[in-house]
Amino acid sequence: MGNEEAVFFSRVLTELTLSFHIIYATIGVGVPLMIMIAQWVGIKKQDDHYILLARRWTRGFVITVAVGVVTGTAIGLQLSLLWPNFMELAGNVIALPLFMETFAFFFEAIFLGIYIYTWDRFKNQRRHLLLLIPVALGASFSAVFITIVNAFMNAPQGFDLVNGQLVNVSPIVAMFNPAMPTKVAHVLVTAYMTSAFLLAAIGAYRLLKGSNHTYHKKALFLTMKLGFVFSIATAIVGDFSGKYLAEYQPEKLAAAEWHFETAEGAPLILYGVLANGEVKYALKIPFALSILAHSNPNAEVVGLDRFPEADTPPLYIHYLFDIMVTIGMWMIGVSAVYLVGTWLQWRFVLAKWFRWLLVLGGPLSVVAIEAGWWLDEVGRQPWVLRGIMRTKEAATTSGQVETMLWLFAGLYLILGIGSVLVLCRMFRSNPVERELADRAAEKEGNGKWILK
Amino acid sequence: MDLEIVGITVLGVFLFGYIIVASIDFGAGFFNAYSTLTGKQHILTKVIQRYLSPVWEVTNVFLVFFFVGIVGFFPKTAYYYGSSLLVPASIAIILLAIRGAYYAFTTYGGLKHKRYTVLYGLTGLFIPASLSIVLTISEGGFVRLEDAGPVLDYWVLFTSPLSWSIVVLSLTSVLYISAVFLTWYSRKAKDWGAVKLLRKYALAWSMPAIITAAGIIVEMRTHNPEHFGRLVDLWWMFALSLLLFVGTVYLLWNRIAYGLAFVLLVGQFALAFLAYGISHYPYLMYPYLTIYDSFTNEAMATALVIAFIAGLGLLLPSLYLLLRLFLFNKEYVQGNRDDHA
Repeated sequence: MGNEEAVFFSRVLTELTLSFHIIYATIGVGVPLMIMIAQWVGIKKQDDHYILLARRWTRGFVITVAVGVVTGTAIGLQLSLLWPNFMELAGNVIALPLFMETFAFFFEAIFLGIYIYTWDRFKNQRRHLLLLIPVALGASFSAVFITIVNAFMNAPQGFDLVNGQLVNVSPIVAMFNPAMPTKVAHVLVTAYMTSAFLLAAIGAYRLLKGSNHTYHKKALFLTMKLGFVFSIATAIVGDFSGKYLAEYQPEKLAAAEWHFETAEGAPLILYGVLANGEVKYALKIPFALSILAHSNPNAEVVGLDRFPEADTPPLYIHYLFDIMVTIGMWMIGVSAVYLVGTWLQWRFVLAKWFRWLLVLGGPLSVVAIEAGWWLDEVGRQPWVLRGIMRTKEAATTSGQVETMLWLFAGLYLILGIGSVLVLCRMFRSNPVERELADRAAEKEGNGKWILK
Repeated sequence: MDLEIVGITVLGVFLFGYIIVASIDFGAGFFNAYSTLTGKQHILTKVIQRYLSPVWEVTNVFLVFFFVGIVGFFPKTAYYYGSSLLVPASIAIILLAIRGAYYAFTTYGGLKHKRYTVLYGLTGLFIPASLSIVLTISEGGFVRLEDAGPVLDYWVLFTSPLSWSIVVLSLTSVLYISAVFLTWYSRKAKDWGAVKLLRKYALAWSMPAIITAAGIIVEMRTHNPEHFGRLVDLWWMFALSLLLFVGTVYLLWNRIAYGLAFVLLVGQFALAFLAYGISHYPYLMYPYLTIYDSFTNEAMATALVIAFIAGLGLLLPSLYLLLRLFLFNKEYVQGNRDDHA
């Protein structure tokens, strides 16, 4: 069957769509929680700055949600368009969480609409805060359900395959597969962490660019605190994920760690390059891989030698692992220094160079998200359903995938540039100083509705 | 009742919901663009924006719900429709994406230009056209089964009078549904200028809509005689639907009870949709795929139905709240308040 081209372009198009979508999806999962926290802090402290913070985040959030929704629709349909054989098989077992995801999304969409259009409608801000709970819950739960689908692809279960026929299907068992707990937890906490650092980057950037308003200082401090908490959580869940891999998907861990020979007391390899099958310039931490995999420095870790070559993922995923982990650790460090420095009033946390590090933290976290997903997805190759269906058996047979790839690439370019331009314009044309002044004037005028 | 029937009914309800809310949305975009070109924008834009802003995201979910649901209940559709629809569905996704993003960019981001408004209006016509291809190919005769898999024959598709009739039907009904709804909505908003203009649009599009709908039945006679036969058996449902259509036009013509006119219109389309669906039974794609041989296993079907009922328990009260706060809130509809973030 001459569909190798179709398989290749289907993979590229899926990767492109997902890589673009997860930027907006991550923001979509994390930011509602941040808005909720800011609004809650504002009500609790009776501090208008935090309320305004929630309001301004919400306005920007709507733009990212729009792009997230339309690209999410795209990937939803592309699953069936590009991988019809996969969906035909997997649909029998995993349709339930996919279906539930749309419910969560529906729920979020309804309440987001209400939340945005009722800013001044309730006298009591607490009632308005209540509307945010379904938004944040819906956002997080759609991440939970869709990650369950992905976890199933890594650890399929809940059915028996008898002569190519699916029997004894159990949707619930399929949902609660072994990959699910670590994956869901990791996706959620990294989304919160990334959103917090992205919002912190905005605050730090405004402070760098001349504004010295307390509003930005409060915003920065709040988001760095949240970012620190979630980056610690990320590291802990990441450790559990390593243990999951050692137990259930040892070939992925072995490829990510360049662990070629099964051995006890295995060292962890950081960085380095692979040339002609030899690892060079790497940093070796003795026993660390055994600790990561089994919490025991002398435990045996399965290496790539135990698997036929046709079943192992490409070895470049090691670099992705390095990028992800390094950024994670770096962000824990930066946020910890910032928090301690602020409490102890170290001067350098106010210095320009340090604020630039905080600005950099936002985009870096996004890079870590991308690297992590690539590691996860490429680490599952050559399977689309690990151990059951190979990727090349799943793809469409259509000859037009390449054209579609170019069309979608154009679309994402437009959406990417468009959303960034619109976001910049929105906030540049209405800086916080002016909005605060407007709000004060509005209050003077007995709070009459000001029509735009 | 068979789980198969439950499944297809659930999907039918959501598809119908999407047809109505998306028609309102697409038509509104088109009327807005048209009024920009004819210098009547000041009459329509405000009332259209006030309706669309809080609900545009919800419209999209109906579509997602439908296509996720159909793969869930009928996984084989992924194989037949997924393999053959790559190009038309991708075009529809791209147009939907541009449209959705553009809407958010202009409404919240303040990006405004006449050129974009016109483009936006046009996508509203191309999307129904590209989505209606799904209906066309379900009639059979457009997809060939080859060794490698199902292939859509574009030449047959583009030269078939049936496919063009369905495209025209989707366009006229989008404009008709939208105009009737917006007439009612602007009356609630007490925006008399908009009422006058939209009532005119509604009446103007009523005849083309009903004529093209009747035309499809005639086309079917030569394209798929078996289906035509079953359509004729259900003549009384179509007659009832026609009666409701006459009622809507009568009310609009005499400028009374626009709300009732819209209800009758929904009834008209619901009846026609139901009759069409029943006559299509049991095929999902004629003649390869019936709802019986593509249905998922019983355990999944039961789980999906339970999830569906639980989900509706959450959704219906929320949708009710949304409608109460915006659609049926006098202050909001009349534009006396702007609580916009």
